[in-house]
Amino acid sequence: MAKTIAEINERIRAGKAVVVTGEEMVSIVRTEGTAKAAEKVDVVTTGTFGPMCSSGAYFNFGHATPRMKASKVWLNDVEAYAGLAAVDAYIGATQLIEGDSANSRYPGEFVYGGGHVIQDLVARKKVHLRATSYGTDCYPNKEVDTWITLDDLNEAVLFNPRNCYQNYAVSVNHSDRSICTYMGQLKPRMGNAYYCSAGCLSPLLNDPFYRTLGLGTRIWLGGGEGYIVWQGTQHSPGTPRDENGIPRSPAGTMAVMGDLKGMSPEWLAGVSLRGYGVSLAVGIGVAIPVLDEDLARTTGLGDEDLCAPVVEYSELYPGNKPQPYGSVSYAQLKTGAIEVQGKRVPVASLSSYPGAVRIASELKERVSRGDFMLVEPVFTLPGPDSGIEFKPLPQRGPDGI
Amino acid sequence: MKTRRFVLTFPPEEVERPYVYRLVKEYDIKPNILRATINPQDVGHMVIELNGKEHSIEKALEFLRNQGVRIEPLGQEIRMNEERCIQCGACVGFCPTGALDHERPSMKVVFDEDKCVACELCLKACLTRAMEGHFE
Repeated sequence: MAKTIAEINERIRAGKAVVVTGEEMVSIVRTEGTAKAAEKVDVVTTGTFGPMCSSGAYFNFGHATPRMKASKVWLNDVEAYAGLAAVDAYIGATQLIEGDSANSRYPGEFVYGGGHVIQDLVARKKVHLRATSYGTDCYPNKEVDTWITLDDLNEAVLFNPRNCYQNYAVSVNHSDRSICTYMGQLKPRMGNAYYCSAGCLSPLLNDPFYRTLGLGTRIWLGGGEGYIVWQGTQHSPGTPRDENGIPRSPAGTMAVMGDLKGMSPEWLAGVSLRGYGVSLAVGIGVAIPVLDEDLARTTGLGDEDLCAPVVEYSELYPGNKPQPYGSVSYAQLKTGAIEVQGKRVPVASLSSYPGAVRIASELKERVSRGDFMLVEPVFTLPGPDSGIEFKPLPQRGPDGI
Repeated sequence: MKTRRFVLTFPPEEVERPYVYRLVKEYDIKPNILRATINPQDVGHMVIELNGKEHSIEKALEFLRNQGVRIEPLGQEIRMNEERCIQCGACVGFCPTGALDHERPSMKVVFDEDKCVACELCLKACLTRAMEGHFE
């Protein structure tokens, strides 16, 4: 008999809800089967903590006297996008520090950027705010230079256009030289590999068709509260799937937002990717209501059942060429070595599994205590029937040729 | 038998002498060169592990000192700053000796100082710059 989110919330308020983490659900489904598990379990909590590049925060820093219409804004010498109203700006996770030599002396170290600014803000450190303007009659001030903390800002909202990429790749390099990528530094001739997912705890691997997730879904975000607000960029629900419904290559994504002032620097960490750039590691937890047997089945999938695609990053990924290296399971990935075309390849994670475990566990506590009510989304994220797919860029001139 | 690690500094006039050979031949020591920067007519640095009887190692060190080689014990140079570490595993993918590894099944990142050879690859791999090291 199917449950509704309203019914599950009632059970939470009554202190009767059965809430388990994704790891626990795998055992429950294995020993008791999907039908019993669906009846017994109300909520499965999931979590993930890894670099998520399409992240950032918009903020309003208030007016100086006289007022200014900021055209360029920097926080700790990292430029924020100011093409919004006078004192509104957006700081992106991958923005480099002004004058960073990037990869001109390869590989660059990328020690500081947008992601680090966000972490410093949430840590309540003093941040250097500079802004310049071309000046207008009503906003005559042409420059401000001051030090602020997060609490001085009016709004400070984490707004991430793309987080929680569903089933991201396992990176390898088959060329003769080392390469530096956003999926780690890869040694030549398949010398090593990296994956970036929480496997059985990964939110979108637990609800692979986004049946319970959409606009308004409450989530645990960066140590505080957040919401799913839209599909993320590059959301591609029509990607071919295996017999479990798990996409065979990266598919769904979600856009999320939340009040930065309620978050923690422990779960929003600036990240340096040598030879590539900077980013922000974001901690996210999603509570999945087990509405029916199908959701019990998907939340019960374990690391042995979930497979990630192996993607070659020196030639095939940059060249948009087909990838011949198949898939490996998360269980194999977690052993520390995988086999790719007969070769043993050591593999490590860029996503923090211990972090994911803590998030799922904290979220389980909060839901059980009644501190975190589930939400019926306004609409769910578009599924495979929507026809949405991640298209490439057409290369053409103004005449359309 | 003891195993001890040292940082040796060779004056320019000594860099071309076969010291490691003499440690083996005359003092019955099993050397393991962990790291070396040796260029002709320049000061040389070597991080070396010596395995042998305690008094043989002492005599070998005395011999080196008498030749003008400066000797310092290798302290634990590489440290993990646990406050910065986010427990991902980027470093595990780089560590050549397994000093940094995932504990299974928790996947926590653990650092075994005894296996560390201070190669500093982890400093370059760490996403949050949590690995810290000094090498003189």
